[in-house]
Amino acid sequence: MATIVRDIETERTQARRRRRRGRIGLYTAAITAAVMGAFPFIWASLTAFKQNKDLYVKSNNPFLFNLAPTLDHFKFLFNDTNFLTFVRNTMVVGLAVVAITLLISLPAAYSLARLARKWGERLGIGIFLVYLIPPTLLFIPMQRVIVFLDLQESLWSLILVYPTITIPISVWLLMGFFKGIPRDIEEQAQVDGYSRIGAVMRTVMPLMFPGVVAVIVFAFTLSSHEFIYALAFNKASAFKTIAVGVPTELVRGDVFFWQSLMGAAIVVAVPIAVVFNLFLDRFVTGFTMGAVKG
Amino acid sequence: MAVVEVRGITKHFGAVHAVNGLNLRSEEGEFLVLLGPSGCGKTTLLRMIAGLEEPTAGEVLIGGDVVNGLPPRVRKIAMVFQSYALYPHMTVFKNIAFPLKAEGLDPEERREKVEWAARLLDIERLLDRKPRNLSGGERQRVALARALVREPSVFLLDEPLSNLDAKLRAAARDDLLEFQRRVDITAIYVTHDQVEAMGMGDRIAVMNKGEIRQFGTPGEVYDDPADTFVATFIGSPPMNLLEHQDFLFGFRPEHFLPREIAPPEGGTPLTYHVSRIEFLGSERYLYGHVYGVSEKTKVIAMLPSTVTLPVAQEEDHEFVVVKGKMRFFDKETGLRTSPRPL
Amino acid sequence: MATEVITTRRRRYLLDNERVLGSVLMTPAVIYIVALVGFPFVLAIIYALSDVTTGSRGFNFVGFDNFVRILDDPVFLRSLRNTFVFAAISNILVVVLAKALAMILVADFKGKWVIRFFVLLPWTTPISLATIMWLWTLDSLFSPIDWVLRWLGLIESNSYFLGKPGLAMASVIIVHTWRIVPLAAVIMMAGLAAIPHEINDAAQVDGAGFWRKLFEITIPLMAPIIAVAVLFGVILTITDMSVVWVLTRGGPTNSTQVLATWSFLKGIEGGALSQGAAIALFLLPVLVGLTVVILRLARRVEVF
Repeated sequence: MATIVRDIETERTQARRRRRRGRIGLYTAAITAAVMGAFPFIWASLTAFKQNKDLYVKSNNPFLFNLAPTLDHFKFLFNDTNFLTFVRNTMVVGLAVVAITLLISLPAAYSLARLARKWGERLGIGIFLVYLIPPTLLFIPMQRVIVFLDLQESLWSLILVYPTITIPISVWLLMGFFKGIPRDIEEQAQVDGYSRIGAVMRTVMPLMFPGVVAVIVFAFTLSSHEFIYALAFNKASAFKTIAVGVPTELVRGDVFFWQSLMGAAIVVAVPIAVVFNLFLDRFVTGFTMGAVKG
Repeated sequence: MAVVEVRGITKHFGAVHAVNGLNLRSEEGEFLVLLGPSGCGKTTLLRMIAGLEEPTAGEVLIGGDVVNGLPPRVRKIAMVFQSYALYPHMTVFKNIAFPLKAEGLDPEERREKVEWAARLLDIERLLDRKPRNLSGGERQRVALARALVREPSVFLLDEPLSNLDAKLRAAARDDLLEFQRRVDITAIYVTHDQVEAMGMGDRIAVMNKGEIRQFGTPGEVYDDPADTFVATFIGSPPMNLLEHQDFLFGFRPEHFLPREIAPPEGGTPLTYHVSRIEFLGSERYLYGHVYGVSEKTKVIAMLPSTVTLPVAQEEDHEFVVVKGKMRFFDKETGLRTSPRPL
Repeated sequence: MATEVITTRRRRYLLDNERVLGSVLMTPAVIYIVALVGFPFVLAIIYALSDVTTGSRGFNFVGFDNFVRILDDPVFLRSLRNTFVFAAISNILVVVLAKALAMILVADFKGKWVIRFFVLLPWTTPISLATIMWLWTLDSLFSPIDWVLRWLGLIESNSYFLGKPGLAMASVIIVHTWRIVPLAAVIMMAGLAAIPHEINDAAQVDGAGFWRKLFEITIPLMAPIIAVAVLFGVILTITDMSVVWVLTRGGPTNSTQVLATWSFLKGIEGGALSQGAAIALFLLPVLVGLTVVILRLARRVEVF
């Protein structure tokens, strides 16, 4: 017997050592990745609290507070800039876009997942392809359309155009969620005396809650990320969103208000990241369901 | 209570012909089983009766009325799905009350009827639970209660037992039958399990490839199969089929007995080579072949354990096909023919 | 007579009919997309074939004149080259880094959610804000990277990351990579999760170590999904303009100009709508090609 496992004790210590080495490797890799991902954010956070006399001295160690940290730049950001207007604009646009997106993509996704047989798959792929036609290709004619509709210099331009980005991806996402809900449930409700729409509203929609939440988060973040259309349509600061307002307005001529700028970036980035992290698993399942069960 | 009838009903999914011009008529209060292998069109037929699928051609009649083009909700039917399709976000009470809400009953009436149905199925203590906290058997009862409260004219059941484990299934079969007899409502029951079909059906429609191959009582279907498909699909192990000249003949394994214990009126003698014996407790299965007729075809004999006669592996034995139990089929069409001399 | 009854019934229950309901539900989405994607798209092509500008009222078809003209423009050629160089190099880096990141993120360890939070930050932050942080990180005077390099004694004064053509290009590439890695990692995670556990278990029983498992099992099985991640990455890089716009505006002297920014400068800032549209349309054949590849691969992903 001893010949099979030469020396159980040696094997065991070796295995333990290998496992420990694996753990250490994993943690090292994980922390390195985190630092690389977060480096600009770390630097931005430090900057936002630094006094001018600390920040703008080349010889100072940039990673330390050589003078006491200050909240002045945040005060400046909130009181003396249009930052809060940008936040408000982003919220208004985001919520309106979410509403339009849900109103249009829920029926479409249901139709593709359940009702369409042959043309469903093709139309589904077609809608997904729309997502791949980027703003880069469309912003010039789109700007003319907005001018023609007399919507330039208003939030309506963004509210009207952003759903072209969010609808395709939301339809795809929701399709996956619809396919994840057994057909039996709504058929049972139809047999139980409800019309098709009644059956769906009462039995399928309550189960779609996770998918709807995912779309809300997704559509909102996509619209808060958008840059090109926002830059092309609106020049007045009263109608700028965060994504465009912060990089273009917190600069006076050639003078950057770096601390306030970084403060603004962090104030926006952190909440979005928190929400995204909460919903990440849901996005992944939604998309894979859409693809695999197609 | 109503008669369900389909006339020349056809369903095509693109190039796939799921159901092919079929006719069927139930009796009032009958337990009618649609039996067939998966993909034979039995579920499609049921779904057309329910109104979940619109037929390509033909008519569906419930209680004498053509119901084509009507959505499920106005057909006065109840359906139990394979998965039971309980609404996961509602309690058992709300599940059962759901069809009543559609009918517009007020809350007090709803409560009364739910409690009546729950009492009938003995699930009163489950009313506050959510479906995920129920066992398979309990789910079935809830699904039946929900089907019952509407007082439908027809019950449609789509393999409602296939999600239960084998032990539960026998008891559930019993419950289901007793329930149907008590409420006395026509039931159409889809299954691929011939044991269920034989045990439960007043009549069985055996289906294959979108057509009904035979429609009759369990006894008729078993003893007088209309063709080779029915002969081999029903019975476990299936009927032995042997090719001889320009026809086929067949016999059930339990009708193929050693000459010593065959009934006195005799039968057709065959010399049987036993190659393997399986002991299954209540019976023995013998596997082998018969000399003289298609020797490559495996022939199974089934001896009840009460027969203690020694039959050994790898030996020849004189067997007899019990008189009157031989069936004959056309070699080309597979249809039953009149007896032929061997 | 019977058919008459049926047709009236059918009309009453029109919304119960699958085909009718299916089209009714689909219509709003189709109208929206045709009106606001299809129409502008056609308009883009018409513009590219005309001489329209923001100011002029005139409108003449000039055929392929715009294309001929921009092909003579050295800045355009520079932008075209940059677009592809940036996309290619970033995405080679993305594959390697995202694969590593995906493997970290599927592992089980304490404090994973903190790591995940930081790692995903580049992707969750609005790209223009993320880029402005980089602008400050790469600042010509106060870059902390410069400070570290000085502290280590590697340089004397400053690197001027965004002031020298080579370094500016490298900076753009790094910011693109940095931003896309998390997304690609998430896509690959989905792929890793789809590999049946038994395969990994079997490999372990067969005595395969970490690297053997990686190269002989994980990577071959994941090849299609890796490709999907890369194609998304490529599309995101070649169509993005915020990184270049915020970081360098295409400078110094057009050394980091890409098609998206050049099209914006010409079409929106310069008012030459027709030329701007023509420049943007150069991306179309590339996008179509990539999309076809994505669809092919997506079919193969479904297999497992």
